[in-house]
Amino acid sequence: MTAPTQTRITWRVATVLEVIPETSRTRTVLLDVPDWPGHRAGQHVDVRLTAEDGYQTERSYSIASPPQDKQLALTVERLEEGEVSPYLTEELRPGDQLEIRGPIGGYFVWDIAVGGPLLLVGGGSGIVPLMAMIRHRDLALSKGDAVARHQIPARLLYSSRRWDDIIYREALAQLTARDNTLEVIHTLTREQPDGWKGFSRRIDRMMLAEVAWPATEKPRIFVCGPTPLVESAAATLVELGHQPALVKTERFGPTGGTA
Amino acid sequence: MRSASKKKATQKRAKQAKRTRDSYAHGEVFADLLRVDGNAAGGLFGELFAMDITAARAKCAGCGAAELVGALLVYAHGMGMVARCPHCQGVVMRMARTPTHVWLDAQGAESIAVAVTS
Amino acid sequence: MPPISRGFRGRRPTSDAASRLPPGQYETRDFPVLSAGPTPHAPLDKWDFTLRSTAGKSARWSWDEFQKLPREKITTDIHCVTKWSKFGTSWEGVSIDSLLSAAAPQGVEPSPFVMAKSDGGYTTNVPLADLTGGKAWIAFIYDGAPLHPEHGGPARLLVPHLYFWKSAKWVRELRMMDENLPGFWESLGYHIYGDPWREQRYAGDE
Repeated sequence: MTAPTQTRITWRVATVLEVIPETSRTRTVLLDVPDWPGHRAGQHVDVRLTAEDGYQTERSYSIASPPQDKQLALTVERLEEGEVSPYLTEELRPGDQLEIRGPIGGYFVWDIAVGGPLLLVGGGSGIVPLMAMIRHRDLALSKGDAVARHQIPARLLYSSRRWDDIIYREALAQLTARDNTLEVIHTLTREQPDGWKGFSRRIDRMMLAEVAWPATEKPRIFVCGPTPLVESAAATLVELGHQPALVKTERFGPTGGTA
Repeated sequence: MRSASKKKATQKRAKQAKRTRDSYAHGEVFADLLRVDGNAAGGLFGELFAMDITAARAKCAGCGAAELVGALLVYAHGMGMVARCPHCQGVVMRMARTPTHVWLDAQGAESIAVAVTS
Repeated sequence: MPPISRGFRGRRPTSDAASRLPPGQYETRDFPVLSAGPTPHAPLDKWDFTLRSTAGKSARWSWDEFQKLPREKITTDIHCVTKWSKFGTSWEGVSIDSLLSAAAPQGVEPSPFVMAKSDGGYTTNVPLADLTGGKAWIAFIYDGAPLHPEHGGPARLLVPHLYFWKSAKWVRELRMMDENLPGFWESLGYHIYGDPWREQRYAGDE
């Protein structure tokens, strides 16, 4: 069921169920939100923290879980100078409460009704909303309908610094193992493991030309990550002939995440 | 003769400069690091409009281009948010939140259209 | 009352910083960059700075001419309305007093209020009395090096006794005004004056 895009946005109390490590610097926070109105893959929430003296601060995080899941998952990257991310990734425990506001975002959203092919381009923590789309697609198309899967193929081009920095690495491997209509192409920009045969540089025009469907296929494209990566990739995709209206972007700002 | 602290300061500046250069390694353009997009402003808009307007269409009063709000270029930080037209860079909307009010200046938008059924 | 986030402390000042901090501020060691638009990049051979009076008289300096004006070194604390304060920042620049003196022979007369105007369209209003008497400069060197564009270079207004949004980055003109008209943030809910020691952050704050 797709949630309406126009629901009242208000603060709700969420209870932490679990904090799951993804990489050395990222954690997935699993939340129970009793009155959650539902969401679409690609949307995000604002999280608000209140200290004992009343001090408050807010940050935005993309929703990692698909709309089909009852529990809401946020994947947070710990930024060294951050005020909020160290708290969410290191301090938070099951039973703690957070305030969340959302879901937010009617622009950077995808579900199978939008159609495909689906091209996802992500860098670092930009993978989070894209993973929600991948998970949604997997659950929505899992009723054994091979035709549907082939009609909406999906391809993810994912840039990380190192093998150990790849968020959802195992989960993505499992998904591609059982679904040959989902392809994941990694590029490791700083360091590669021995024997690595994949891309080992930042996303550039040649890589996008190789990985993307031709513009004539009219793929729906979503690009998410640090602002420079997103702007460069989006501009290149338009140069390669993709219609700007089909290239949706979500910029995470300088470091690729909110502190 | 340079003092140790002066040398450290020089190294620090060099490090900062390198960080800035590295972060532009992707971009052919001098991409503005702080820029996000209208998606990031959805929550603040939501407080004012009681609905998420990132999928709404705003017509730029400067150049006439109509864009989804989510596609506007947003400069947001603790003081407030400025949403600019991606075509002409003109300010389409400005918002600020004080403890008691949300302020909106939408003079840069000729119109804003929000679909009320999805 | 919103739920308390167990174990969350947020940023807090160290005890020796506390006496130098205006109310509600915390100390930072970095220099956060806050921007309302794309970073302008004004080539120095096209840069100029203007003082303009209400009577329409103006004095204008090119970059080279500006560099020949008497300059001063300033070390000061700065306070941002978003709650960070940075101690002991060092700058070099031309004082507004010097600029007014240099502009007087061209018939530029000051008025009670001033609007600072910057590349990219940013504006902020400051009473003249807060720019004179050694309280403000057009600064073009920060921490011993040319002021970086992301911090307002080639030159910015520096008025450290007010919240730092008044220290307009990429400043190009000071325009005299008879009335205290609000600038960019002042017209969007922020305080018209902005004294950090009286915590005048927002319109309506005493």
